[in-house]
Amino acid sequence: MARYIGKRLIYMLITLALIATFTFFLMKILPGSPIASADKLSPEQRAVVEARYGLDKPLPVQYFDYMLGLAQGDLGISINQFKGANVTDVIISRMGPSAQIGFQGMVLGTVIGVLLGMIAALRQNTWIDYSSTLVAIVGISIPSFVFASLLQYYFALQLEWFPVALWKDGFMSSVLPSIALAMFPLATAARFIRTEMIEVLGSDYITLARAKGASGSEIAFKHAFRNALIPLITVLGPMAVGILTGSLVVEQIFAIPGIGEQFVKSIMVSDFSVIMGTTIFFSVFLIVVILIVDILYGIIDPRIRLSGGKS
Amino acid sequence: MEKILQVKDLELSFNTFAGEVKAIRGVNFDLYKGETLAIVGESGSGKSVTTKSIMRLLPEHSAEFKNGEILFGGRDLTRLTDKEMQKIRGKEIAMIFQDPMTSLNPTMPIGRQLTEPLLKHQKISKAEAKKVAIDLLRLVGMPKPELRMKQYPHQFSGGQRQRIVIAISLACNPQILIADEPTTALDVTIQAQILELMKDLQKKIDTSIIFITHDLGVVANVADRVAVMYGGKIVEIGTVDEIFYNPQHPYTWGLLSSMPSLDAEDAKLYAIPGTPPDLLSPPKGDAFALRSEYALQIDMEQNPPFFKVSDSHYAATWLLHPDAPRVEPPATVIERMKKFPGSRYYEGSRV
Ligand SMILES: Nc1ncnc2c1ncn2[C@@H]1O[C@H](COP(=O)(O)OP(=O)(O)O)[C@@H](O)[C@H]1O
Ligand SMILES: [Mg+2]
Repeated sequence: MARYIGKRLIYMLITLALIATFTFFLMKILPGSPIASADKLSPEQRAVVEARYGLDKPLPVQYFDYMLGLAQGDLGISINQFKGANVTDVIISRMGPSAQIGFQGMVLGTVIGVLLGMIAALRQNTWIDYSSTLVAIVGISIPSFVFASLLQYYFALQLEWFPVALWKDGFMSSVLPSIALAMFPLATAARFIRTEMIEVLGSDYITLARAKGASGSEIAFKHAFRNALIPLITVLGPMAVGILTGSLVVEQIFAIPGIGEQFVKSIMVSDFSVIMGTTIFFSVFLIVVILIVDILYGIIDPRIRLSGGKS
Repeated sequence: MEKILQVKDLELSFNTFAGEVKAIRGVNFDLYKGETLAIVGESGSGKSVTTKSIMRLLPEHSAEFKNGEILFGGRDLTRLTDKEMQKIRGKEIAMIFQDPMTSLNPTMPIGRQLTEPLLKHQKISKAEAKKVAIDLLRLVGMPKPELRMKQYPHQFSGGQRQRIVIAISLACNPQILIADEPTTALDVTIQAQILELMKDLQKKIDTSIIFITHDLGVVANVADRVAVMYGGKIVEIGTVDEIFYNPQHPYTWGLLSSMPSLDAEDAKLYAIPGTPPDLLSPPKGDAFALRSEYALQIDMEQNPPFFKVSDSHYAATWLLHPDAPRVEPPATVIERMKKFPGSRYYEGSRV
């Protein structure tokens, strides 16, 4: 297991280096300049500014400097969005709200999704099943910004149950954004669990459990649930992606000072170092999620646990 | 002998999108205390459905009892609620399935799978249940049972898993054990071991066994009586000797002729021509008639009733009607009948 994880870590580093390289050159190709009102500056003023951020050096040197800094955990300095602040510090200071709504959304969505999927499987082809499928389809097909706007309109503006935006009322501020983010994991989990559960319920060991005299609820919870749940871990990765991309817009809509909101702004003002830093941060997040998923899988499923890696 | 289970005129259908699948079309048999009744027949003949209907393990939304009753302990099992059935399953009637590789819950230690029926049906503590479970594992020939309680199914071989399933089925000393092709998925040497184990256990615990198989070779080894199933019906039932040495139904002849025998000089195997009947619209008369070279005109029109051959031997074929023409069974079957006192080909004391 230790060797397996070690190997995975090395692959992760290689992946990250590739992503960093790719983003770096993409940034250089894209139009737009981080130096505000660049056209108004005289060539001399412009040169001064560029020199300050190392933008005057040849591209290979810039790349080398950046990768070297990255290796030491230094993501560079914000050029215009946060005026000279360290990008690493910016990201860390912005992490709190993002992590909170992401985590709440993930937990809420997964729990409700699993319940919905279970009930749908146990009541297969009844109206309960059909409505749960409908919820799942809606959850996957409606983009999170539409859903977030609807929530904001009804529950904040109309009913005034929750604050409309901004991060000022602690938990209350996090409720609507969390619900908006929960939709994707909810729909994913519901669909997935339903399929898994139906397959498990038709398996031989469930028939044997019934032949032993187990009751309906014992079958569902003691025998089927765990077996249906294990593969859910494999969709945690895609769910995390959903939460990430969701948070970009959801944070924007609810004006939450999180990473997503900051990322969107940095793109609008072409703050290269912040864009790259955030991209790399998101990549690390996803790669770690995928690693955790694989390790979890080995821990929870006894068939994989003992035979070492995934077969 | 005491009858512990009576299946009477059982008819059962599956309601499917394609229509009504008449899987069981009038099955009658009794099970006596302590005996092993084998049910044989090609796949699709309704063996599993018959036994699953006794356990009421068929999908409730599609399987429907059309007629008949299953009498056990003074009650008709076809009429019990699921709650009432739960008290019978695993306690009074237990079941073993064909594929030991998929019969055990992959994420539950086998110790828990063993104690489950004990804790469910008997008033004992967890510690006691664990002890009983270890004893059961020892009983089915599992070495070092204490150490294996915490292990998961994938840590056992196919044969060992079937032993575990057998141990689970015997946990509450059931009156009836239904074994649905318990050795089909195993390789030959393991097959023999499991059969040996089942015979041993039956002597020790005095359960009645319904043993399903499509392999007549296995039957001769384990059974006291044999029921031959075809197209959702029992077409012949009798003692092992009666079925093997004095068979009356052309389908039984076919089965016996297609059985490989160790002493046969020519290794050519007979295969019954044709395919089993379509249970969506079963034929009017004898379901086997279309595949049988012995079919009479009446077979196409009327379903043959059971004709009595002896007190214990019945066969549903018009050939046993007093007016039927005399036909010669296949040569291999005549060879067998020559050894059976009471058959019309008996040649004296050559048994
Ligand atoms: N759940 C089901 N739905 C519809 N038809 C079924 C179902 N289970 C079994 N059958 C049909 O019932 C017949 C008997 O099947 P079965 O008892 O499994 O045969 P076998 O003798 O091989 O055990 C087959 O024709 C099969 O297709
Ligand atoms: Mg079968």
